Amino acid sequence: MLPEISRSMLKNSLVLGLFAVATVGVVSLIQQSTAARIERSAHEAQIRVLGEILPAGSYDNHLLDNSIELHDPLLGSKAPQPAYIALKEGKPTAIILQATAPDGYSGAIRLLVGIQADGRLAGVRVLSHRETPGLGDRIELAKSPWMHGFEGKSLTNPGEAGWAVKKDRGEFDQFAGATITPRAVVKAVHKALQFFDAHKAELFAEVNPNG
Amino acid sequence: MANPSYRELTFNGLWKNNPALVQLLGLCPLLGVSNSTVNALGLGLATALVLTCSNLAVSLVRGVVNTAVRLPAFVMIIAALTTCIELLMQAFTYELYQILGIFIPLITTNCVILGRADGFAAKHNPALASFDGLMMGFGFCLVLVVLGGLRELFGTGALFANMHLLFGPVAADWQVTVFPEYKGFLLAILPPGAFLVLGLLIALKNRVDESLAERAKARQPQVPVQSRRVRVTGVIE
Repeated sequence: MLPEISRSMLKNSLVLGLFAVATVGVVSLIQQSTAARIERSAHEAQIRVLGEILPAGSYDNHLLDNSIELHDPLLGSKAPQPAYIALKEGKPTAIILQATAPDGYSGAIRLLVGIQADGRLAGVRVLSHRETPGLGDRIELAKSPWMHGFEGKSLTNPGEAGWAVKKDRGEFDQFAGATITPRAVVKAVHKALQFFDAHKAELFAEVNPNG
Repeated sequence: MANPSYRELTFNGLWKNNPALVQLLGLCPLLGVSNSTVNALGLGLATALVLTCSNLAVSLVRGVVNTAVRLPAFVMIIAALTTCIELLMQAFTYELYQILGIFIPLITTNCVILGRADGFAAKHNPALASFDGLMMGFGFCLVLVVLGGLRELFGTGALFANMHLLFGPVAADWQVTVFPEYKGFLLAILPPGAFLVLGLLIALKNRVDESLAERAKARQPQVPVQSRRVRVTGVIE
């Protein structure tokens, strides 16, 4: 016969053990039943973001199926970042690069930069940022149309000197009260364009139309 | 312990003992996500759901768990429920899930939930316990939404922006621009704004309580002043 204290310890640990089994069971049940749905939601959200950048009808493939991993200092991150290639009838028409502006006002700003095959920008969107609400967050399209200012721009329009905010004698507006944020974004987009210009042939050669 | 009535529970949760305005519990998410109505409503509903389910579950097992291990057992229940809610939000309201981020798993550590589990659900029957959870959760959600709405209104001049994150495409045009051409008031959106607006709400509640108490006092029947016999000193002859 065990002493009183050991018996109560045994009983309590059994109760706790049962609780652990039961709660883990419930969680894994829910996880099993939602896993497919979660994956679909994440997928849809990503497609929605990517789809907003390129004009509808300019491609006919599933962007997520033609993705590659890129790794280049011009894209601003040490970790590999995905890029998505848009095809129309098997021919590459545009690419969406994920780029990072490492010098935002409070940390890195992750961007999606859509570039058409002729080197003009299709659109730029913010994936994530931690800029000051009300000042730096005007890089979000929900807050300000500023991001639309990139559309149609390329390495030659404006030229080298124009790729800066107006305060630095460039072409792009800054925001009242926030110069660092737009400066970082302009720089990152410019670098992404340079990257595309230098690697265009290999990027588009990697496309497997059946993939 | 005498069982409180459902009316008392409702009044307690929504007003008299409101978790956010009186108990001041769960302030971290309250202040963290209340910068817009949709964020506030999303987290408020999730918290209320976890609170109701956890109160029910705790009440159901109250006979099995003895006092020595009740807290770890309750925490396990709450953590499991929170994880389930997180998975469900990820599945059905993915973008809102991304916005609320860390605040969803943090529901586990919301003191309101463990407080109600240990303080109420462990001592009452499942029906009362889940009703208490519902009302407490609803009271918390209400304050969160009012706070979110006020901050959104002061901060951006509009209300109900991005409601489609929670309700789907139907709600895409629910945004109401209250002050057109509003320049925005940054302080309301930033964290200090949350403290200020919450402080104002608490002050308002106390003021309302005070004037209610005064009115109740005034309504009580005045005790008629009885004619008093004057004691006369001296000798009456």
